[in-house]
Amino acid sequence: MAHTENEILAGLAEIVNEETGVATEDVQLAKSFTDDLDIDSISMMTIVVNAEEKFDVRIPDEEVKNLATVGDAVKFIEGAQS
Amino acid sequence: MAVSLKPRPTVPGSQVLAYGAARGDVIVPNDDLIEPINSSDEWIQQRTGIITRTRASKDVGVKDLSLTAAKEAIEASGIELETLDAIIVSTISFPYPTPSLATLLAGELGRPDVIAYDISAACAGFAYGIGQADALVRTGAARHVLVIGAEKLSDFVDPTDRSISFLLGDGAGAAIVGPSDEPKIGPTVWGSDGENWDTIRMTNSLVNFRDGDGPWPTLEQDGRTVFRWAVWHTAKKIREMLEQSGLTVEDIDVFVPHQANMRIVDELAKQLKLPESVVIARDIAETGNTSAASIPLATHRLLAEGAATSGDVLVQFGFGAGLAYAGQVLILP
Repeated sequence: MAHTENEILAGLAEIVNEETGVATEDVQLAKSFTDDLDIDSISMMTIVVNAEEKFDVRIPDEEVKNLATVGDAVKFIEGAQS
Repeated sequence: MAVSLKPRPTVPGSQVLAYGAARGDVIVPNDDLIEPINSSDEWIQQRTGIITRTRASKDVGVKDLSLTAAKEAIEASGIELETLDAIIVSTISFPYPTPSLATLLAGELGRPDVIAYDISAACAGFAYGIGQADALVRTGAARHVLVIGAEKLSDFVDPTDRSISFLLGDGAGAAIVGPSDEPKIGPTVWGSDGENWDTIRMTNSLVNFRDGDGPWPTLEQDGRTVFRWAVWHTAKKIREMLEQSGLTVEDIDVFVPHQANMRIVDELAKQLKLPESVVIARDIAETGNTSAASIPLATHRLLAEGAATSGDVLVQFGFGAGLAYAGQVLILP
């Protein structure tokens, strides 16, 4: 069953918190992974792989660089759900 | 005419008898490399865990590093030199495509008539070599095998490359593999991913360089793809390897993954859910990424410092360009 935007955001916030310690409430749609949340490229890959497992989607490596904000990631995951 | 071929006598198992190590003679701190990549000591430490890397002087070649490591391993093993029947060297940085470094070492070590060949499996190369040595010993093709991972990667770095060059160091690690009454080297799990042949690559071919079409070949990689593969694919293969050896993560004493990047080492340990008691090799902090040499160098250090001891169950796993991978469970000498 497809996840809603809010479910994806909540799930992603948990993953980000687990990897980086950033508080889940700080993981908001408009936040930039690098500039606001201070997430580096290696942590980003860990988040991506965990998100793939959690939401049963595939996020290609070449797509990761386009995911600048939390909102970009939520939108991509929402669209990639079968 | 039907004939029956006489097989060689086989032996029940093989074991690593001793290790040897040689690191580059120059300690290179991050500060020496940051300017051309517009970086900082802090950035490199945070992204890679590397504080220094060891590199070899201009007059110290991959052969010299190999000989030092090999002599230590041979002496520590206590074997008679005439029972050394094979030399396998994994290297991507010996500057002669042929003849092999292994044959050069055979001559220098006073065993010019042995089986001797190089393998090209990059960072997986030492574990590829141990897999072959195990097979040679168990099938009776060789009594003792010298396996060496040796690199002078500093000859193939671009100071302005932000993908891999600043990680790389020089060194050689050696091991002597010999017979055992019971297996002390578990089944090798190995393979490659040819569809990602160019994920870790040279920037140019030697022929193009000769023709003036492009620069001296240096190493570069797609970091994101490598990180994903090196952690999640490798973790899966290590679980398979443990299963094939009849063990679980609870049985591991020492974990020596290829020293590619401390973040990969940490994430692998996390994915495998290694118990707190497992000693994890972190030689990369001081030695850098030495490709085929990294696993034996890290193991040698743990033994020398007493963090690992004889009889410990060691899991080693190499992964890198190719994308080739290989690993074994070993009982330490």
